[in-house]
Amino acid sequence: MDMNQYLEVFIEESKEHLQTCNEQLLELEKNPLDLKIVNEIFRSAHTLKGMSATMGYEDLANLTHKMENVLDAIRNEKISVTSEVFDVLFEAVDHLEEMVMSIAEGGDGKRDVAKVVNQLLLIEKGESPVNVAASSEVSAAVAVLANESGLKSIYDEFELTVLEQSKEQGFESYEISVSLREDCLLKAARVFMVFEVLEKVGEVIKSNPPAEQLEEEQFDSAFHVTIVTRESADDIQKKILKVSEVETVEVHTISLNEIRSSLNNDSEQQAPEVSNIVHPAVPETKKLAEPEAAKKTSTSKQSSSKTIRVNIERLDILMNLFEELVIDRGRLEQISRELNNQELHETVERMSRISGDLQTIILNMRMVPVETVFNRFPKMVRQLARDLNKKINLEIIGAETELDRTVIDEIGDPLVHLLRNAIDHGVETPEVRKASGKDEEGTVVLKAYHSGNHVFIEIEEDGAGISRERVLKKAISKGIISEQAAASLPDRQVYELIFASGFSTAEKISDVSGRGVGLDVVKSTIESLGGTVSVDSKEGTGSIFSIQLPLTLSIISVMLVEIQKEKFAIPLSSIIETAIVKREEILNAHNQKVIDFRGKVVPLLFLKDIFKVPVYQDDDEYYSVVIVRKGDKMAGLVVDSFIGQQEIVLKGLGNYLNSVFAISGATILGDGQVALIVDCNALIK
Amino acid sequence: MSIHTSVADLKVIVFQLKGKEYAIPVSQVRSIEKLQHITRVPGTVPFVKGVINLRGVVTPIIDLRSRFELEEAEHSDTTRTIIVALEDMEVGLIVDSANDVIDIPADNIEPQPDVVGTVEAEYINGVAKLEKRLLILINLEKVLNPDQLKESTGAEG
Repeated sequence: MDMNQYLEVFIEESKEHLQTCNEQLLELEKNPLDLKIVNEIFRSAHTLKGMSATMGYEDLANLTHKMENVLDAIRNEKISVTSEVFDVLFEAVDHLEEMVMSIAEGGDGKRDVAKVVNQLLLIEKGESPVNVAASSEVSAAVAVLANESGLKSIYDEFELTVLEQSKEQGFESYEISVSLREDCLLKAARVFMVFEVLEKVGEVIKSNPPAEQLEEEQFDSAFHVTIVTRESADDIQKKILKVSEVETVEVHTISLNEIRSSLNNDSEQQAPEVSNIVHPAVPETKKLAEPEAAKKTSTSKQSSSKTIRVNIERLDILMNLFEELVIDRGRLEQISRELNNQELHETVERMSRISGDLQTIILNMRMVPVETVFNRFPKMVRQLARDLNKKINLEIIGAETELDRTVIDEIGDPLVHLLRNAIDHGVETPEVRKASGKDEEGTVVLKAYHSGNHVFIEIEEDGAGISRERVLKKAISKGIISEQAAASLPDRQVYELIFASGFSTAEKISDVSGRGVGLDVVKSTIESLGGTVSVDSKEGTGSIFSIQLPLTLSIISVMLVEIQKEKFAIPLSSIIETAIVKREEILNAHNQKVIDFRGKVVPLLFLKDIFKVPVYQDDDEYYSVVIVRKGDKMAGLVVDSFIGQQEIVLKGLGNYLNSVFAISGATILGDGQVALIVDCNALIK
Repeated sequence: MSIHTSVADLKVIVFQLKGKEYAIPVSQVRSIEKLQHITRVPGTVPFVKGVINLRGVVTPIIDLRSRFELEEAEHSDTTRTIIVALEDMEVGLIVDSANDVIDIPADNIEPQPDVVGTVEAEYINGVAKLEKRLLILINLEKVLNPDQLKESTGAEG
């Protein structure tokens, strides 16, 4: 069988399952007694095992199988979860990730995992210290769960009425529990066959999980169906057992009175029913009760939102096509203005609105929650904290904040760097923290939120903070700043120095951060994304790094301006406002022309001179000024006239011209000409 | 294609600059365009004339006369932009005219004569003699060398 067509799906889903494993393992580490979590992990591992075996990745399947055994032992309280067990489990997941990555990159997914497998085997045999207290509590938890095993489905009023009426007409109601064999590949098909059998003998009232989920194989290996029929329980069971790959079938007669009474009695939500187990089931049954309980909670968690997987390439193509459309829209708008035809005007207006909506949708489609980047951090932080012998509590806030995929792809490495930095240089060792009266455990907060057209990501830590003296000393020794300038520099600007190239505060190069790439790389990466990064700190109480990123990179709003005969675009995101200034209002400070703008002295930059625009006509009596900002610094860009606001598609200048001063890119205007986009960040120093 | 064409033959686009004939292998040429509006890009070396909109792609334009330090000429009806591609770069070259595609037999290509002392010498791969024509083969890697671009801009800024 040719598996290639499934490979992509397999890789995607494997990654998801591994992510779940990682997340849940971390969760379990916090609540080691929560068996629900173990079940979650078990299910993910189990699915992964099935998938990889089907795809023929034996090593992957083998390791997952060993891991699954350990998990099974944990949930059956044969072994207790100690930190050694966690380490091995994490290591196993790491190996699995490596294998999946190798498969994704076209490899064979083979890997030497003998060590981990051995460790897993040892754990499985219970050859690690057993915590008696823990296991007794675990057994209590299991007992609670087991209580729910009596009745698998909960009925609403309508279903009960149906059951009652059919009873009156001489039909018998049964609840049938079917479990499929673990290695069953086409679960949905088996479900379908079971339903076909059932529909022949009677009427299906309800299934748990619901039919849609069964069709999508969103169940473990067992499901429950309630039917009304005239046939005997015995016959039904035999008929269902004829379907291949069905492991066990249990048929319970439903006693309506008891359901009623349990419904009425709210305090005992689900009284265990005295079920008539027609055929004492195979010993498996007891085990099945437990995943069942976990499944109920998890299915309720799964929201019913319908999604489809779309190849990112297709989205990119869609985006490119739409960009072309935006350019043509601009052209149409221009033509319509020139022709001044009312009907054309209205149509173009309408089209602009629709394409505006379309733009929002397409941009939203490319939005990905930052979670996809954040979710690898907890494990990384855990590992780092262990390596450095520090105690770290990582708090993630706003992981659901969405960002354009292109930004997401780029933001990972800078964030890793900042986090490593925060943990390595920021948070102190427990001893130091204790000595300075802090909690031994350091807190690192990773926070993302929307604000206006930007997304902010902040990394805050309650560590030692940045030492002004040390930063200055270093900066001076590296020749980044002169001693005189250093003395008068405000704190914030001193901290900004750590982003300067050639600066690295770590006195000794540790394995964690400071591997030669400094924060200057972080800064340049973020700036290349059109974002900014800043730092603030208080010595002794911690530092905060905040990153500001644009929501999207490809379509931006700009103000088009004219300088002599050339058109330039200034991104709206950096514009504060525009002003018309009389020639007399311009003041001279040293060699710099400035204006008084709302009580602030704002330096004027004549774009005509900066860009050496060929001059055809002389200056006006009035200057058109665009006030732009970079952080809290402002500048007034002097242009000849404002053309107006426009949505434009950001394009590069081509690989040949990759670094032009104060030009961040280009765009194609409605008339087909190219206009350059002014990089305000480069203009303001 | 004639039967005599051997594998070593080189298919080239021939163009003119100040009366001399130059050639670029067709494999490096994407298209030949008429001159269109060029948007000046400030702060670049003089031979970079700016960028054009080439069917939705912003493409940088080099004036080849200026690149070879020949005096620049007024653009005329015959002026063409040859869009060349080198690795991941696409650049347009302004030439006086371009109108020929020729197969050059490998035997006819000779290394450049060392007598030439002008700037263009370093961008030449060799010369090809064809009957009475002399074609100068351009070395695009050298012409589009980005290092040169940076040095010049660095000196300027």
